[in-house]
Amino acid sequence: MKGNLLPRVWFQRLWSIADDRMGISALVGPILRHPVPPDAKWAYVFGSATLTAFLVQVITGIGLATTYVSSAGEAYQSLQFITNEAWFGNLLRGMHFYGASAMVLLVGIHAARTFLHGAYKFPREINWLSGVGLLGLTLVMGFTGQLLRWDQNAIWSVVVGAEQAARAPWVGNALARFLLAGETIGGATLSRFFAFHVFFVPALIFALVGLHLQLVLHNGISEMPRAGQPVDPQTYRAWYQRLLAQEGVPFWPDAAWRDILFGAAVVVAIVLCAAIFGPPPLDKAPDPSVVSAYPRPDWYLLWYFAVLALTPPALENWVILLAPVLGFALLLAIPLLSNRGERAPSRRPWAVGTVGFVAVMIGTLWVAGVQAHWSPDFHPNPLPPAIVGKEQGPIAAGAQLFHERGCQNCHQISGYGGQRGPNLTTVGDRLNRDQLTIRILNGGTNMPPFADVLTPDEVTELVAFLQSRQ
Amino acid sequence: MTNQQCLNHPSSPSEQPLLSRRRFLQKISYTAGGVAAALVGLPLVGFLFAPLFQQKPLFWRAVGDVSKFQVGETVVVTFEDASPLPWAGVTAHTAAWLRRVGDKEFVAFAINCSHLGCPVTWLPNAKLFMCPCHGGVYNADGSVAAGPPPQPLSQYPVRINQNQVEIRTTALPLESA
Repeated sequence: MKGNLLPRVWFQRLWSIADDRMGISALVGPILRHPVPPDAKWAYVFGSATLTAFLVQVITGIGLATTYVSSAGEAYQSLQFITNEAWFGNLLRGMHFYGASAMVLLVGIHAARTFLHGAYKFPREINWLSGVGLLGLTLVMGFTGQLLRWDQNAIWSVVVGAEQAARAPWVGNALARFLLAGETIGGATLSRFFAFHVFFVPALIFALVGLHLQLVLHNGISEMPRAGQPVDPQTYRAWYQRLLAQEGVPFWPDAAWRDILFGAAVVVAIVLCAAIFGPPPLDKAPDPSVVSAYPRPDWYLLWYFAVLALTPPALENWVILLAPVLGFALLLAIPLLSNRGERAPSRRPWAVGTVGFVAVMIGTLWVAGVQAHWSPDFHPNPLPPAIVGKEQGPIAAGAQLFHERGCQNCHQISGYGGQRGPNLTTVGDRLNRDQLTIRILNGGTNMPPFADVLTPDEVTELVAFLQSRQ
Repeated sequence: MTNQQCLNHPSSPSEQPLLSRRRFLQKISYTAGGVAAALVGLPLVGFLFAPLFQQKPLFWRAVGDVSKFQVGETVVVTFEDASPLPWAGVTAHTAAWLRRVGDKEFVAFAINCSHLGCPVTWLPNAKLFMCPCHGGVYNADGSVAAGPPPQPLSQYPVRINQNQVEIRTTALPLESA
């Protein structure tokens, strides 16, 4: 027994000497043991989990940066090497993607949680403000990170981003050229986004995380809100100190174990997702002269993709330019508008309603973004004879024209074709021959005229086919 | 006594010289720090913002022999952009939809949708340009047929030079508000 204990005693003695010279315990001890409200339980793990996901990003990002080449001409090849040849490269890329996904998801949950619990009220206003900054920077990292996957999707996403920036009054053109690092996509574009993604924005995140943590220590973890216990800036701090003195528990390990357990679960989930699903596949090589591209943002911005497609053109500049500015201005204004009063969700129906509204709005737009009905189907399959119903004659000829002359790119019949325009599976029920003819020749709302494209015989065949759709 | 009290509240007249010396040292530190920060920061800012002020020369790029193109056909042509950097690789490429409208007459449409810049595709049988992103559709003449685009497709200058069709390089067409 004594033999077993001896090394431990020696280790403790060695540590006490080293600690005496370095002052580690004196520095970290009070932070670890600082008292926190005893009811800070599972609702409180999302901030630390976001930080955990960020650390996964830093570690996997450093790994990827050892091989990734931030050159517009070679980045794609280096990504193919990382994905297909380098040991653990596929896993590392997957972890970086699912780490980003986790970070976006968790920072959103964390923001919603602190908002619902009124944790942004006195004295934690700046906690909230720095958190809003971190939320914005997380999205910037998501967007710039997607661009570093330097494929077709990435370069066209840069173009879409630059075109949006160009809509800004006065500085729009300058902003767009700043993003492109020139007048077009080219050699300078990727190097710049790489520097932003790996140096500039992470440096800002580190600085804001530092401030955020300092504020958590300085103002203390907010206690669970209780209905009928409003925040009064005059008395809150004294009341909070009394609460800690009477009921507080040391952060480590009484509260921290949940953070660590949940953070570890997040890491396990990231690695499992990366191992099972792999990283997002690379699109074709980043050649701006290849027009067959299908640019889509990654899932966390798909809802905004829907915003860009569905906003009425007359409102679009307002939405593109003002909505993000107003959105962040509103988030920043929250603690300035109400930093006192009730914190309990049961006493703040508008707060609960707002979170519900935002969740439903983003969720609905997200579903719309996944389906993207507004995009034509560029390669629709022709209608099978069973659906056409005739092998020969005007109806069969009309069905072929429907496929060949672009109708089917936008109109669906019995599940075949795009969904840009109305579904024509039963169009024969609602439009007669004349109405169909006029519509085809002249076009209409959101439909181009086909008078120059089709011969009179072809129009007759097409109409015959459409009339048979009942 | 904290530092702040030390600086602000001299307890006796004899501390006056010490106080002004401290103020002087503070000022010199702020100035030196500010100058050093500006010396490091300004070149970086200049470097980052340089692309805004550099006007790139424009070039005519040959995209093929006149005889290569059929009258009435619209095809995609690829050429090098105005300022290809040595490491740009395939990203130095750019493209246009070129249509031969007459014996000596060509039109070149930008491939970029006027909405948010995505690459439009020409559907020859439907005689339409369609955008894969947000649902923009253009007629054969580039005018808007459907969807969110606020403007017709922009066009590049084209000319015939020594029997070669040439397109002039331009910046990415940006739609200002």
